[in-house]
Amino acid sequence: MEDRSATAFHDIGLYLCRAPDGELGLRVLVGGGMGRTPIVGTVIREFLPWQHMMTYVECILRVYNRYGRRDNIYKARIKILVKALGAEEFARQVEEEWALAKDGPGTLTEEELKRVSAYFTAPDYEPRPADEGEFERRIAESRGFARWAGRAMRPHRVPGYRAVVLSLKKTGVAPGDATAEQMEQVADWSERYGFGEIRVSHEQNLILPDVRAGDLFTLWEQARKAGLATPNLGLLTDIIACPGGDFCSLANAKSIPIAEAIQRRFDDLDYLHDIGELNLNISGCMNSCGHHHAGHIGILGVDKDGEEWYQVSIGGADGSAAGHGRSAIGRVIGPSFKAEDMADVVSRLVEIYLENRETGEHFVDTVERLGIAPFKAGVYGTPVRTKKEPSEGVVADA
Amino acid sequence: MPEIIRASAVVADDWQILRPAAETPLAEVEIPVGRVVVPLALWLERSAELLSRGDTGVWLSGTDDPAPLVRWLPQLPLVAVDFPKFTDGRGYSVAYLLRSRFGYRGELRAIGDVLPDQLFFMRRVGFDSFAVRSDKDIQQALRSLQPFSDVYQGSWDNPVPAFRRHPRAWPGQHDGN
Repeated sequence: MEDRSATAFHDIGLYLCRAPDGELGLRVLVGGGMGRTPIVGTVIREFLPWQHMMTYVECILRVYNRYGRRDNIYKARIKILVKALGAEEFARQVEEEWALAKDGPGTLTEEELKRVSAYFTAPDYEPRPADEGEFERRIAESRGFARWAGRAMRPHRVPGYRAVVLSLKKTGVAPGDATAEQMEQVADWSERYGFGEIRVSHEQNLILPDVRAGDLFTLWEQARKAGLATPNLGLLTDIIACPGGDFCSLANAKSIPIAEAIQRRFDDLDYLHDIGELNLNISGCMNSCGHHHAGHIGILGVDKDGEEWYQVSIGGADGSAAGHGRSAIGRVIGPSFKAEDMADVVSRLVEIYLENRETGEHFVDTVERLGIAPFKAGVYGTPVRTKKEPSEGVVADA
Repeated sequence: MPEIIRASAVVADDWQILRPAAETPLAEVEIPVGRVVVPLALWLERSAELLSRGDTGVWLSGTDDPAPLVRWLPQLPLVAVDFPKFTDGRGYSVAYLLRSRFGYRGELRAIGDVLPDQLFFMRRVGFDSFAVRSDKDIQQALRSLQPFSDVYQGSWDNPVPAFRRHPRAWPGQHDGN
């Protein structure tokens, strides 16, 4: 089961699902979040029929509003209350509240569902079986195209179409940045090869959701010229990073130069593809805008006596397919590193993974199987340093 | 005499809000003459005396559970809910529960850090009188009581959400509710 919305990392997460009899409903999670208190949300109701979405959420909010913390803004979150009460007790209070609100006027109607659904119709797809042949021929002819398509393309439920992810993770460009000229081009492609739709992903890339298979090769050629076809989607260099200290006044440390140093280190495409699926996320401060807690490798910028240091965690997962749908908070491997050592540290983590991986394992699976100890030992040297925080000069032993 | 907003008008009001010092034992709190609003704890401690006195209302804080007050609600001329800071939204839930779950029909007043742009939302959950913070222009607050002509969400004042009240536009139709 894949969760591309990271529902486990939100105050309230609603995951659409169907009951065994086909009825549409929601799995309800509460108390997730990142920031200084990272917590994976807990399911408080396995199945809530869709009609009750509004009344149920209102009851969650009322319980939180009445009993949530008010004395400290850092603790004024649903996750803190759920942690204090326990998920079971929180759920009990919500259910008690909901027993009185259930089936009230806030209950959604079939009519309203139909009306809203009518705004989300499929575009006018035209099945073009002939396109597939052309596509297959191009794949066979061009290694570059095949490599890009292998990363950037997603299957489509309509035959003859693909969803295409345009990478905004070209080395030397801040992760997630696109110029005005690039956006003009993407807009143009969305109309020429799709139905005028562009989506932005939380991985900081752009998606063209409906591209005809026969147009993929032309799109690739154009995207390559525009610098939007780096074949690294889902790989180590597809880094999520916040703007960091270069732009943000909250940041404790810079993010963008760290991302670039790591991208430069992993500039060999064959090596990158061999490493496989790996989410690397960077935040420049505890607010976690770069989702470092949920990265298979997470990097957090910290300030120590006015200097920028970086704390590394591994084993986080955001619910996506790369982590087999798991949601987890990464575990810190030890004392922080200096900026100039970060590429070495990541290299070392990857080497330990490659030395230990079993067939078919992603980086995050190997961490899950072995725990953080071998990675810690490999990065800091053996025996593992036990000192909690580094004095000046304790850097990666890589 | 201080002014408040009641029933969409600015009126003079002589209710005094009694905020006894925390360290004073409830039995020793002096109740002033005239119309007075006492904290919930004081009411629960001395309800017999206060009932016979008449002219007594009760105020609740955001942390107070209104349930113990339910048996007296039909006799109370005024219940107030205190907002210690405008960012503290607990009073909205307290008011909503008093009106909807506990069926209070008397005057329900917002006191404390009550700012003009909150009145609309306070009225939605059941408040019908407002002791606007004294440094704010109460006439201006009155004018901002109804900033929106309609609402989407149901609450105490109108439990029925917009989608059940209006024929809504479908795609391609002019959205002319």
